[in-house]
Amino acid sequence: MLDLKGYGPALMEGAVVTIELAFLSLALSVALGLLGASAKLSQNRLAKGVATTYTTLIRGVPDLVMMLLFYYGGQVAVNMLSDYIWEAYEIDFFFQFDPFISGVVTIGLIFGAYMTETFRGAFLAVEKGQIEAARAYGFTRFHTFRRIMLPQMMRHALPGLGNNWQVLLKTTALVSIIGLTDMVRVAEEAAKAERMPFHFFIPVAFVYLALTAGSELFIKWLDKRANVGVVQGS
Amino acid sequence: MADQAPLICRDIHKTFDQLQVLKGISLETRKGDVVSLIGSSGSGKSTFLRCINLLETPTSGDIIVHGDPIRFTNNRKGERIPADNKQVELIRAKLSMVFQSFNLWSHMTVLENIIEAPIHVLKVPKKEAIERAEAYLNKVGIYERKDYYPAQMSGGQQQRAAIARALAMEPEVMLFDEPTSALDPELVGEVLKVMQSLAEEGRTMIVVTHEMAFARDVSSQVLFLHQGVIEEQGTPEKVFDHPDSERMKQFLAPNF
Repeated sequence: MLDLKGYGPALMEGAVVTIELAFLSLALSVALGLLGASAKLSQNRLAKGVATTYTTLIRGVPDLVMMLLFYYGGQVAVNMLSDYIWEAYEIDFFFQFDPFISGVVTIGLIFGAYMTETFRGAFLAVEKGQIEAARAYGFTRFHTFRRIMLPQMMRHALPGLGNNWQVLLKTTALVSIIGLTDMVRVAEEAAKAERMPFHFFIPVAFVYLALTAGSELFIKWLDKRANVGVVQGS
Repeated sequence: MADQAPLICRDIHKTFDQLQVLKGISLETRKGDVVSLIGSSGSGKSTFLRCINLLETPTSGDIIVHGDPIRFTNNRKGERIPADNKQVELIRAKLSMVFQSFNLWSHMTVLENIIEAPIHVLKVPKKEAIERAEAYLNKVGIYERKDYYPAQMSGGQQQRAAIARALAMEPEVMLFDEPTSALDPELVGEVLKVMQSLAEEGRTMIVVTHEMAFARDVSSQVLFLHQGVIEEQGTPEKVFDHPDSERMKQFLAPNF
C-alpha cells in the first residue's frame, strides 16, 4: 500500500485546490472567450481592437511570466494605488492579493484568449442559412444566439475547447510558484523533506492523468451530443 | 371593412455598394393571391423577396404588411435601417419564408424545427404547437418522419418539412425563394404538389421560381423581372401568351 508518510491529507487538500482552481478558471475563460469572440466578430471597431489586443498580448507572453507579473506586479500596483488614495483623499484602501484568486484570474485570462480564438472559428463555421432562417422567423437576437448559434457553434468548438481544458488543467501546476498550496506544492515540500521525489510526484502525475483521462471521456460524450443530427463521414 | 391587402410593396429600390439591383418594384396582393416572380438569374427577384421580410433592407420604398407600414430610420453612416427591431420581428412572424436550401435547423428534429418559432415567437403553448405541427406534417405527407433530423431525409422531404415549418406560423403571406432549385429533378414534383394544394386553399404566396409550368398554372399574378425592373406583369395568360415586352418573348423562347 502506498505510504504517503502522513502527507496524504495535505495532498488530498492540494488536489481539491487544483480541481477548484481548474474549474473556476475554466468558467472564467469560457465567459471571456465567448465575449472575446463576439467582440472580434462584431462591427464595432473599438470592441474588435480591444479583443485583438487582448489575444495578441496574452498569447504572446509565457504563462509563467504572466502569472508572476500579475501576482507580484499586481500587489505592487495595489500598494501604489493605496498610497496614492491615502495621500490624496485620506481614505484607507488596501487589499492583499489572494493567491487563489490571482491564480483563477491569471489562468482564466490566459485561457480566455485561447478560447476566444476557438470560439471565433466555431462561430464562423456555423452556416449562414441557419441564422438567416432564425431571423426570417422573427427570432430576437438573443433567442437566435441561444437556440441556434450556440448549439451549432458548440459542435465546432468542442474539440478545441477540450484541448484547451487539458492544457489549462496542467497549467494550474504553475500556481505553486505563487505560494498556493495546490497538489504540486504539497508534493514538492514532501519530496524535499523526505528526499523521495518519485514517491510523491508519481502519485501527483497519476492524479493529473486521471483527471485528464476522465475529462476526455466526458468531452467525447459531449461531442456526441453536440453532433446530434449530423451525418458523419466514415 | 374590406379585406386588407396582406402585402403592399411600393417602389422598392435596393443598391449594394454601387450596384443597383432593384430599380423600383411595386407589388400589391389580395388575400389568396399567388404571385410568381420569374426572370433570369441576376434579375433581382430573390433580392426583392428578401427585401419583403427585411433580410435585406431596401434602399428606398415602402413595405406595408396587413396595413402596418414598416418604419425606417437612418444610422450614423446614413444607411437606411429598420427603426424598430420589435416591429421587424413581429412582421417577420407574419411572413414565413421557405428557402432554396431549406435551412432547417440541423440540430433539431423535424418536429422541433416546426414548433420552435410558434412557441418562442408566437408564444403558442407547447402542446398546441405540437398538435399544430403534426397536422401540418400530415398535410405535407411526412408525419412519419417527425423525429428524424434534417440530414437523415431527402431534399424533397426536407423542403416539405420546411413548408410545414412555414405553415405552422399561420402566416399572412408565405414567401418561397426558389423552393425547388436545389432539388433533384425527380423530387421537384412532390414539393410543387404541396405548394399547389396550398394555393388551392387560398393562402397568399409569393414564389420566386424557375418552374414555368407552376407559374402558369397555379399563380394569379406573374411578375417578370429583368435587370431590377418589372418588364411584364399580369395574369399568367397575359404574361405567357400575349407578352408585350420583347425580353419576355425572348425569355420564353426555347433556346438550344
